Amino acid sequence: MWTWFYRLASPPHVYRVAAFLAPWLLGAAAVLIGYGVVAGLVFAPPDYQQGDAFRIIYVHAPAAWLSLFAYTTMAVAGAIGLIWKIKMGHAVAAATAPIGASFTLLGLMTGSLWGRPMWGTYWAWDPRLTSELILLFLYVGVMSLRPAFEDPGRGDRAAALLAIVGVVNVPIIHYSVSWWNSLHQGATVAKLAIPSMPGSMLWPLLSMLAGFMFFYGAVLCMRLRGEVLNRERQATWVREAIKT
Amino acid sequence: MTEFWVMGGYARFVWPCFALAAGVLGWNLWSARRYYAAARVRVQRAIAMAASEQS
Amino acid sequence: MNVGAAQALQLILRRELCLSFRRPDQLLQPLVFFLIVTTLFPLALSPELSLLRDMAPGILWVAALLSSLLSLDALFRADAEDGTLEQLALSGQALSVIVIGKTFAHWLVSGAALVVMSPLVATALGIPVGAFPTMLASLALGTLTLSWLGSIGAGLTVGLRRGSVLLSLIVLPLAMPLLIFGASATDRAITGMSPAGALYLLAALCVFTSTLAPIAATVALRITLE
Repeated sequence: MWTWFYRLASPPHVYRVAAFLAPWLLGAAAVLIGYGVVAGLVFAPPDYQQGDAFRIIYVHAPAAWLSLFAYTTMAVAGAIGLIWKIKMGHAVAAATAPIGASFTLLGLMTGSLWGRPMWGTYWAWDPRLTSELILLFLYVGVMSLRPAFEDPGRGDRAAALLAIVGVVNVPIIHYSVSWWNSLHQGATVAKLAIPSMPGSMLWPLLSMLAGFMFFYGAVLCMRLRGEVLNRERQATWVREAIKT
Repeated sequence: MTEFWVMGGYARFVWPCFALAAGVLGWNLWSARRYYAAARVRVQRAIAMAASEQS
Repeated sequence: MNVGAAQALQLILRRELCLSFRRPDQLLQPLVFFLIVTTLFPLALSPELSLLRDMAPGILWVAALLSSLLSLDALFRADAEDGTLEQLALSGQALSVIVIGKTFAHWLVSGAALVVMSPLVATALGIPVGAFPTMLASLALGTLTLSWLGSIGAGLTVGLRRGSVLLSLIVLPLAMPLLIFGASATDRAITGMSPAGALYLLAALCVFTSTLAPIAATVALRITLE
């Protein structure tokens, strides 16, 4: 029953699965993001307090959520590589890092643009913003550490350890709005509670969130293929795989 | 229609945000494709070198 | 000769302190750096004591952070270069005991020294004497936490060519929450509010880091040594 799981440790299998999944994930992402953007920009009514500026949530919230999700994935994948010595774990961690960093940057920039009309400032040293900025620095640290080692295996393991140490920051970011008095608004969509947003505003948001997740999966698959090729350059299966 | 573009006066914040998002998504696709292509080239070069060493 | 963990810890501590005091210039350099950095702020910002007082906790903490980083680079480097670290790793003693010993010794000669020097600097920055106990406590807890965090970074970057830059890149983001709480404790003491909450948080951070960081630093060393 678990063979599909064990096979994920095999590089040629990962290479094939990633190649197969990428276009489907990208297609799903396109549909979900397409609907989300159209519905969010056109059909959702303007917010009572924020007017049309609230529409920034349709790119800001998915970007910020994905920055946390990608970092956690990177830390978990790194842990799998470090603890169980499964090389594909390190490949996933390496592939995820630049994607997650780009989403963190997007979250910070869109948040800044949203903050200007709402709070009157492009930036505030508030717990959530500050800890998200720290997340960006952590990404940069992990991405800088990996290539610094001559032995790529050592670099993978060092980067994995750093990612794991930094994962402490993720719950801090998430809970910062409830632990501290923060300018940033609280959670709009809690897991089990009924969200405070009306449906016409909520559905595009959920669609964008899902769309960004599928997009992340698609790009991860694409990058993962490159990672696998780089790491398994000497293996014999690569010669056949390259021809297709 | 112009109401849509003006975004209630917030146009200069809303549209750059969506443009940035499009940019980041596009960069991700382009970068991933480039990374894969470069890896392919490296593998082909490695195969070619191994072949020429054998012959 | 079977040496227990506590005895090994004592031996390591004594060795580290001995080695440190043999090079007094290397001991003093981070402390002088601390003094210089704290001097930079009044020069760059404003010599008004009333203004400096507001920023003093932050200045103290940033200076402590930066000078700790300087000395952290050397935490494992010398031993790694001459092979002692590998011998220690193979010695049969738990590597974590060695890491704890080295890190604590590092704190004694850098962080603790900073704490001792801090009243001098604090007076120069206009911090009232009433805030000193809080300042000393927060700096003591904070520099100790910093040494633990730094040991992780040092373990990861020992032997790398541009290691010191990477070390700062790694340690500083991890140290940011510490900076926030540490500076706020002294800040509260200066403005007359109770610093108890911030100090408790600092203590909690210190305990959390003291227990988990040695594990991470040991793993880091094993990664770089093998």
